[in-house]
Amino acid sequence: MTIVAPGSGSPVGDPFEGPTASQDDRGTSLWRGAWQRLRRDPFAILGALIVLAFVVVAVAAPLIAPYEPGGAQWGSQVTPSSVPGPSEDHLLGLDAFGSDLFTQLVHGARQSLVIGVVSTVIGLAVGSSIGLLAGGIGGKVDVALMRLVDVLLSIPSLLLAVSVAAALGRTSTSVMIAIGAAQVPIFARLLRGSLLAQRNADYVLAASSLGLRRRRVVMNHMLPNSLGPVIVQATLVLATAIIEVAALSFLGLGEPNPTVAEWGRMLVKSQDRLETSPQLALLPGMLIAVTALGFTLVGEALREALDPKFRR
Amino acid sequence: MLRFVLRRLALTVPVLLGLSILLFLWLRALPGDPARALLGQRATPESIANVTRLYGFDEPLYEQYFSYIGALLQGNFGSSTQTGEPVTAMFRQGFPATFELAVCALLFAVLLGIPLGYYAARRHGTPLDSLTVGASLLGVVIPVFFLAYLLKLVFAIGIEPLDGLGVFPTAGRQNPRIGATHPTGFYILDGLLTREWDAAWDAFLHLVLPAVALGTIPLAIIVRITRAAVLDVTGEDFVRTAEAKGLTSSTISRRHVLRNALLPVVTTVGLQAGLLLSGAVLTETVFAINGLGSKLFSAITLLDYPVLQGFILAIALMYALINLTVDVLYGVIDPRVRVS
Amino acid sequence: MHRSRSIRAAALLGAAALALAGCADSDREDASGGGTEGEGSSGAEGGTFVFAASADPVSLDPAFASDGETFRVARQMFEGLVGTEPGTADPAPLLATEWEGSDDGLSYTFTLRDDVTFHDGEPFNAEAVCANFDRWYNWTGLLQSENISYYYNSLFRGFADTDPQGIYESCTADEETSATITLTQPFAGFVQAMSLPAFSMQSPAAMEQYDADNVSGTEDDVRFSEYATAHPTGTGPFQFESWERGQQVTLVPYEEYWGDQAKVDEVVVRTISDGNARRQALQNGEIDGYDLVAPGDISSLEDAGFQIENRPPFNILYLGMNQAVPELKDIRVRQAIAHAIDKDAVISQSLPEGSEVATQFIPETVSGYADDVTTYDYDPERAKSLLAEAGASDLTLQFNYPTGVSRPYMPTPEETFVAIRSQLEAVGITVTPVADQWNPNYLDKIQGTPDHGLHLLGWTGDYNDTDNFLGVFFGKASPEWGFDNAELFGALTEARGLPTRDEQTPAYEDINREVMDFLPGVPIAHPVPSLAFAPEVEGFQTSPVQDEVWNAVTVSE
Repeated sequence: MTIVAPGSGSPVGDPFEGPTASQDDRGTSLWRGAWQRLRRDPFAILGALIVLAFVVVAVAAPLIAPYEPGGAQWGSQVTPSSVPGPSEDHLLGLDAFGSDLFTQLVHGARQSLVIGVVSTVIGLAVGSSIGLLAGGIGGKVDVALMRLVDVLLSIPSLLLAVSVAAALGRTSTSVMIAIGAAQVPIFARLLRGSLLAQRNADYVLAASSLGLRRRRVVMNHMLPNSLGPVIVQATLVLATAIIEVAALSFLGLGEPNPTVAEWGRMLVKSQDRLETSPQLALLPGMLIAVTALGFTLVGEALREALDPKFRR
Repeated sequence: MLRFVLRRLALTVPVLLGLSILLFLWLRALPGDPARALLGQRATPESIANVTRLYGFDEPLYEQYFSYIGALLQGNFGSSTQTGEPVTAMFRQGFPATFELAVCALLFAVLLGIPLGYYAARRHGTPLDSLTVGASLLGVVIPVFFLAYLLKLVFAIGIEPLDGLGVFPTAGRQNPRIGATHPTGFYILDGLLTREWDAAWDAFLHLVLPAVALGTIPLAIIVRITRAAVLDVTGEDFVRTAEAKGLTSSTISRRHVLRNALLPVVTTVGLQAGLLLSGAVLTETVFAINGLGSKLFSAITLLDYPVLQGFILAIALMYALINLTVDVLYGVIDPRVRVS
Repeated sequence: MHRSRSIRAAALLGAAALALAGCADSDREDASGGGTEGEGSSGAEGGTFVFAASADPVSLDPAFASDGETFRVARQMFEGLVGTEPGTADPAPLLATEWEGSDDGLSYTFTLRDDVTFHDGEPFNAEAVCANFDRWYNWTGLLQSENISYYYNSLFRGFADTDPQGIYESCTADEETSATITLTQPFAGFVQAMSLPAFSMQSPAAMEQYDADNVSGTEDDVRFSEYATAHPTGTGPFQFESWERGQQVTLVPYEEYWGDQAKVDEVVVRTISDGNARRQALQNGEIDGYDLVAPGDISSLEDAGFQIENRPPFNILYLGMNQAVPELKDIRVRQAIAHAIDKDAVISQSLPEGSEVATQFIPETVSGYADDVTTYDYDPERAKSLLAEAGASDLTLQFNYPTGVSRPYMPTPEETFVAIRSQLEAVGITVTPVADQWNPNYLDKIQGTPDHGLHLLGWTGDYNDTDNFLGVFFGKASPEWGFDNAELFGALTEARGLPTRDEQTPAYEDINREVMDFLPGVPIAHPVPSLAFAPEVEGFQTSPVQDEVWNAVTVSE
């Protein structure tokens, strides 16, 4: 049973609680209302379609791709100054090392999804815990933790990710941890802010006067009320994660296998052949941009849909 | 006012201190010997022993930290493991190019972004508005280096069949054949100061594509924030009052709406500084501009730790100063903030 | 109100701009120095030659340098006793017209030119020669460290106040135009070594005036002297004009040069660190030439009308096989790997066209090259059967390669790695890739620790001496190769000590045969380094050891 916080945009209220400000006269809950708005928003639909396509391709990559990824099986057809274009055997031609370009792009989606999701989960888990502790406990713990967050925010997030990746060495795991680390401050601030906003709310005072332990209040009541903004933020952060993976590859931090199917890697390698084979740059670059766009559209649409101001 | 500034400054110091601790620990957390990491290729048993003694790597951690801070405060940020050049000298060398680029990018973003956002908001609901929103969303998600490649490909190198668009220079800050004089290191300014108009114009041309690439994300964000802020303000009571008083639409827009919408825009512009600094690393590399960004890029790919440490600290400092300036501006524009 | 305020602001800004304009003086000469577009130079003389370097010189004193970009600039201003025959690595007279070595190889007498002056007007003579040799020998403290005086250290191996004192004993100025250098041990490559820019003759007067040996700081934070940063003084066709750090070095012709006068009015060596940017600068007309052309750019540049000049290759690219890895200790495994590699395919996929397949660890032009070494032809079947014989059909090996680097002997390490990996996998070897940043991690790991397996590396020769190749690789036990072959080490030490070239050649030939039987690594190719030039450039003479002086270069309009 979740106590609903009035006016904060929260999940479905318990029917026994009676009508609250989050339910309008027609009895539609916040989430259902949001869904109705989303359904009519063309941007949201576009974004959702992109995300769906991306996820499907990523998950079904081994089935969609005609060949094995990263094999450089046709290296003998590649010279330093030329790369074969589309042909019967190769839908989009070859890449700079002699792998099938279409296969590499499809498996690249898979890499991006994995890295994006894992790093976002890391950022979300660690960041939210920090924010929870800071906002929930308050006092000195709050100050100390927020100082740490401020330090992390004092440099641009790309440099933060770079520092972590440099320290951890060249593996995909270190890239995921690095990007996750750069997202920690965002979630920390978000959770803490959300908790602080609810702290003085009537229902919290009511709950504590009822004798409910602090921790119970935070975990069982305040936390779920923060769900909306967290989901929105996670979507947006996923979009930036996909871009940051590419940026880190650009900077030379990432897997040691040069033929690994990863969009950022492919984009970097294409710089040498920008004039002779521009498709090697254009295709992965567009895919990165479009995928990030999809997630951003969904995230932005969700944010607008869940924002009570728009429900006038 | 002064108290406000001092208070904000006082908040910055512990943050920078914390960052220096993190960076200090970071170097020692790296795999391998920190002395080797600092010396790079030039490591021999003698030089490793020298550096270990110099930096006190065999001393207890807190003592090391104090000598590290001491060195920093004296202006000694160490030297590059690649060239042996002092980090401070490298910073001074690279600063003009990056500053010029960042200023142009910011000008591009602000001069184009605020009017665009404003007009999109005024025409809320029309196709123009939707188009602007869509374009700005796209602008945010395009990776900077990809955009830089694209611009270079289309407007500098020239791609069939749009060959004719390839008019801009592809790389660098200036055509060396012009033989320009550089008293300050800021090439456009130098051209103006010395009346070498062709040099100034040439430097400007070289900056166009990089500035557009770097400024696109801030542009997109400024458009969105301005639009949102203007929309917010337009719905406010005082605007309706002004309309009721009979003021013309244009007067309302200029005098009241824009001024009040300016607040979040100012904050955003300040926040863009961070994006500009990290974007500069990628943009300068694609356009081969020898500024802080490309020096940082080399330092990252070559893991040149003294340069990385020094530059990151310097960037954090700049970032903090910019935020401070933004907060002060905020206080100037909105008296309410000062008092709280 | 608003309007007038903004108008006032704009007016203020405009006034400020106008006031600033003309505040500083223009250094530019409008006459001829700039060579701007539209101003046609008369015929082939005059103009500015703009060359793009990949990095800034570290300093302008070649005695303290070991990087190619410092040498590139230094070669225009400095000359040594000995030069090279154009287009080869063979010694030729330069500041010395002839030389004679004693039979025991312990002393060399150089007859010097009598018409040479330094850029500061001081005469070049035997006294100046000995001043230079003694300067190097008497370096103390910081100057003795390998990071600072690399070439002196590796060839002379000692100083006045060290123990051992090295092979230099003394220098005597017999007459104005004759100097004799005495050594403590024979060094058959001594004359060739004198062609290295590190041993250029520098003006003693200028070195004293500007305190050339005043190198301060620490090894990792070297501060060079005023001489090295602002007053380098040699005898070459160009003299120093200015150095804008991180941007460019400007040189002008030395009017009193003893040889062929420089044809251009000015030389600018511009620093452009990104290879793509160098190419684009050439295509834009902003520079006249650059070095280290990427293999992929060669044909497109030629199609667009630019000139590609190849250097005769004086290098080697090899695949090292670290015998600290137990499987690689077995000679059959190493032979199998050699047979698995298709060198022609590696060249066509990752190296410039025209690169030669390598059969041994030295290029053909170096003495001691043997035509009859054991070769290992591309034969995957043989590779597989050798592996089976060694019980290693299921072999997994670590394969190290560097990132963030492009060297003349290894222009595209990633592509080379992928090409070889495919070939190894085709015979059943599983490869675990390990990538490291070139500097410091890769070099450190390969040359300083045993933690590597197969690795890509190479070498460009500094001067024509076999020891400069084989001695560097196999002169003593090293973590790079992981073996201890006392016989080989001994043979190389002995060969180095032989007093003359004629005695050394057969010894080195034997050593080459032995090395190729022992097979510590697979020599892959001698890649052809290329330079690219604008169509108007003529007179550039390439050299395998980069002894490229630009006095014959012209840039016609």
